[in-house]
Amino acid sequence: MKNLERVRWRARRGLLELDIVLGRFIEAQYAQLDEAGRQVFEALLDMPDNPLWDMVAGRLEAAPGEQQALLEKIRAA
Amino acid sequence: MAVAKRTFDVVVVGAGGSGMRAALQLAQAGLKVAVLSKVFPTRSHTVAAQGGIAASLGNVGKDSWHWHMYDTVKGSDYLGDQDAIEFMCRAAPEVVYELEHFGMPFDRLESGKIYQRPFGGHMQDYGKTPVERACAAADRTGHALLHTLYQQNVKANTHFFIEWMALDLIRDEDGDVLGVTAMEIETGEVMLFQARATLLATGGAGRIFQSSTNAYINTGDGLGMAARAGIPLEDMEFFQFHPTGVYGAGVLITEGVRGEGGYLVNKDGERFMPKYAPNAKDLASRDVVSRAITMEINEGRGCGPHGDHVMLKLDHLGDDVIKQRLPGIREIALKFAHVDPAKAPIPVVPTAHYMMGGIPTNYHGQVVAPYRHGPEEVVHGLYAVGECACVSVHGANRLGCNSLLDLLVFGREAGRQIIEDLQSHPHPKLLPADSAERSLARLARLDSQTKGESVAKVGDAMRKTMQKHCGVFRFPELLAEGVEQIRQIAERAAHTEIQDKSRVFNTARIEALELDNLIEVAQATMVAATARTESRGAHARDDFPQRDDQNWLKHSLYFREERRLDYKPVRLKPLTVESFPLKPRVY
Repeated sequence: MKNLERVRWRARRGLLELDIVLGRFIEAQYAQLDEAGRQVFEALLDMPDNPLWDMVAGRLEAAPGEQQALLEKIRAA
Repeated sequence: MAVAKRTFDVVVVGAGGSGMRAALQLAQAGLKVAVLSKVFPTRSHTVAAQGGIAASLGNVGKDSWHWHMYDTVKGSDYLGDQDAIEFMCRAAPEVVYELEHFGMPFDRLESGKIYQRPFGGHMQDYGKTPVERACAAADRTGHALLHTLYQQNVKANTHFFIEWMALDLIRDEDGDVLGVTAMEIETGEVMLFQARATLLATGGAGRIFQSSTNAYINTGDGLGMAARAGIPLEDMEFFQFHPTGVYGAGVLITEGVRGEGGYLVNKDGERFMPKYAPNAKDLASRDVVSRAITMEINEGRGCGPHGDHVMLKLDHLGDDVIKQRLPGIREIALKFAHVDPAKAPIPVVPTAHYMMGGIPTNYHGQVVAPYRHGPEEVVHGLYAVGECACVSVHGANRLGCNSLLDLLVFGREAGRQIIEDLQSHPHPKLLPADSAERSLARLARLDSQTKGESVAKVGDAMRKTMQKHCGVFRFPELLAEGVEQIRQIAERAAHTEIQDKSRVFNTARIEALELDNLIEVAQATMVAATARTESRGAHARDDFPQRDDQNWLKHSLYFREERRLDYKPVRLKPLTVESFPLKPRVY
């Protein structure tokens, strides 16, 4: 129930950079994710802020496959 | 409506560095401690602190706490309370070593001692030469600090209430604070948290400005709660701005960019900093650069369709320099300004960074307010630490690396003071029958509101007004208009309407409640800035360019009721040493 609101809140971060990037992605694309994609996204949201930002900025390598694909979408949003 | 109640010895609102440092002290003493946080503790805004923790360990160059004290007093433009500053600078080495014992991964020298680096404003021998005083964990000091404190709190059995938002203070007829009301975000359930001591540690409120480096969670919740409970807010006119935030996003572009040869230009492509600072040019201090940018914009030389920003040019440095020496800048420019800095300049604007004012406290973290007998009477049961508090160690301007120090020293000291105070108050006082009334009325108002404006729209109006009328450089006409405008916006904020009226995970409702807090901070800042007819530290008035110690060497206190201002003297007398005499603040 209220999945969108839930992820919106969990995208509230300590780093403003992530607030903006994750917020943009959620508004533009979250609704189109399938169940597997949502799980990958929620796993990202569980990461600490600095490694997550490094991953979004491409300075920390993401796991190949679904995670990498999702990060591409986040970067493009 | 019956509201459930839970009872703790202490309730801490906020799980950033200061809240968790205090909670640790309390939980280790065997007290039952509840910590409320809107987000998971390690996602607090403390995570954004990169610089380090200032402490005169003297591991690299010779240092002394008294030099650190001098720098802090001078940095504060003499508005800092010298008793609190002495207390902080003396305690600094101790709190750093404690943190080391908790497992904080500090950078180290070959000898194994904690590595220290120089940082702006920190000097040897009373301002003579820069000194290595910042203790850091790479550029992740805040992150490492939060993780260290969180682990220690879990070990000490602190009760975390994650994704809970505190709503209001519970105050009885005697003026004593008996706990808070709070709402669980997941369920929308409101609960009374009864406690013998309540500690506010909710961080800053940079989100009152359109351009801010602060994360979205920094909505001044503790300040709003205090103001609604009749507690004044101190020195709210003092906000530190960083000169180069990405236009439209606020995200910070480090000074390092200008250090590597980047410079600022106006809409005519003119490099303007040499006009304002012929020697230091683009590397002048933060306040000088911020004011220069504001002058360019105000005089019609700003860029873009609204002429409301300037450009930071670094495309002449070449791709290699940008990639190698300015890592992260390219990503920030691409993501937030949609430009490749190797090809085009980055639009920037001064951005609100740190709030020097806050809830007035003494150096034990006890909230003090003029009440019955004197200007600094202790409010029983209420404490505040960190950016939401005004101790005041930062005065009119904060030095880098003193904010993490502030939260460690006063987090620990507030913990110690609470333990002492609770020994003479072994039992909780009876809660008044109407303890939850104020919060329930706010929620009921939101539920029944019709024909109101959206929270986003009113919030935007507030942020734009603050940026334009009460930004880096303050003008008399703009301030006077700003006071009136923000008063009208506060009226609108009292009638916001949300479409979602459900209870579960109602983020619209949370944002409406956050706006209630922001608007209190915005009014305090606008009113206090308009009244202070001098320039001191971060408060720069076009019509009063000089510091005026004769009339303005005093702290302002803003009361929500009647939007009234009062003043109290600066504590110029340190604890054990001589007072530092007033001097012009020049570097």
